[in-house]
Amino acid sequence: MRKAVAIVLLIIVTVGISLSLAKIPFGAPKTKVGKRYIEEGIEDTGATNIVTSVVVNYRGFDTLGEVTVLFIAAIGLGVVLTTSKREEMRKIQPASLILYTGCRLLFPLILVFGTYVFVHGHLTPGGGFQGGAIIASGFLLIYLGCRERRINRVVSNLAESLGGLIFVVIGLLGLVFGGYFLFNFLPKGTANALFSAGIIPIVYIAIGFKVGSELAGIIDNLIEES
Amino acid sequence: MMSFLADYIYYIGAFGLILIGFYIILIKHNLIKVIIGLGILDTGVNLFLISVGYITKGTAPIFSGPGIDSEHMVDPVPQALVLTAIVIGVAVLALALSLAIRLYQHYDTLNLRKIREQKW
Repeated sequence: MRKAVAIVLLIIVTVGISLSLAKIPFGAPKTKVGKRYIEEGIEDTGATNIVTSVVVNYRGFDTLGEVTVLFIAAIGLGVVLTTSKREEMRKIQPASLILYTGCRLLFPLILVFGTYVFVHGHLTPGGGFQGGAIIASGFLLIYLGCRERRINRVVSNLAESLGGLIFVVIGLLGLVFGGYFLFNFLPKGTANALFSAGIIPIVYIAIGFKVGSELAGIIDNLIEES
Repeated sequence: MMSFLADYIYYIGAFGLILIGFYIILIKHNLIKVIIGLGILDTGVNLFLISVGYITKGTAPIFSGPGIDSEHMVDPVPQALVLTAIVIGVAVLALALSLAIRLYQHYDTLNLRKIREQKW
């Protein structure tokens, strides 16, 4: 009975969506705003990666909201998982020598790569979200290989709060200097240089710290619980 | 028929994923499977947004060197949206899994039909 109802529902959804999708041609330019961002993005923001200039500059306020959603999800996970009483530490079987050595060798390299990805977010593919995810994957490797290690929650919370604070403070400084939130008040410099694009690298580094420490905290909470 | 498939194959794939995810969420009784369905649904929506922004023979919207023309670049707006949506999807999945852990500790089952106060 439930199955039949579900299938009928899905058929209705399919027919409705395919009727509307048939009018959207695949592969044709659709929006004027995307074209404008591509044509004038470098003069407007100084960033050669147009996706970054959309994320941090044109739609920076939107990104602040999405970072907040991520923050709330991480907080909710912490609250849900830590209300129960702590049981005594279970005996952990150590990882094999290969995994132990390999993860200790790879961990600093992964951190450097993640930092590279979010520092160069305005020049190359990448940015704060991707770099943060790479850094969190390094912490996951540490949890798999060196099982007795734990991240320092004070440092991680500090990095997270500092990242969010820098984002908001830079937005408010733009309000002071330019008249609207997240105004790009720093000099834009020459395109394709590391120190260019005004506030974009600073905001993306802040997002990288925030996303990295939040995802690492999520992994930490889930592993402590399991 | 074949040209229709060739034109719309990415839309069909993305909506296939979305419908599979919906079906799993509606039908399955195991909470872990419902969360897996949520993940598939999330992936389908992301894929759909990216394929809407695609322009034929388009490249990534990055001016990584001189001599790159802006004619054949894909739409950057859906890419920017999906970029953040992926990370948020991971966080939401983690939150759902943590709720599943709590439910399992409380009811000793992940079967949604056996969990009390669940009417259907």
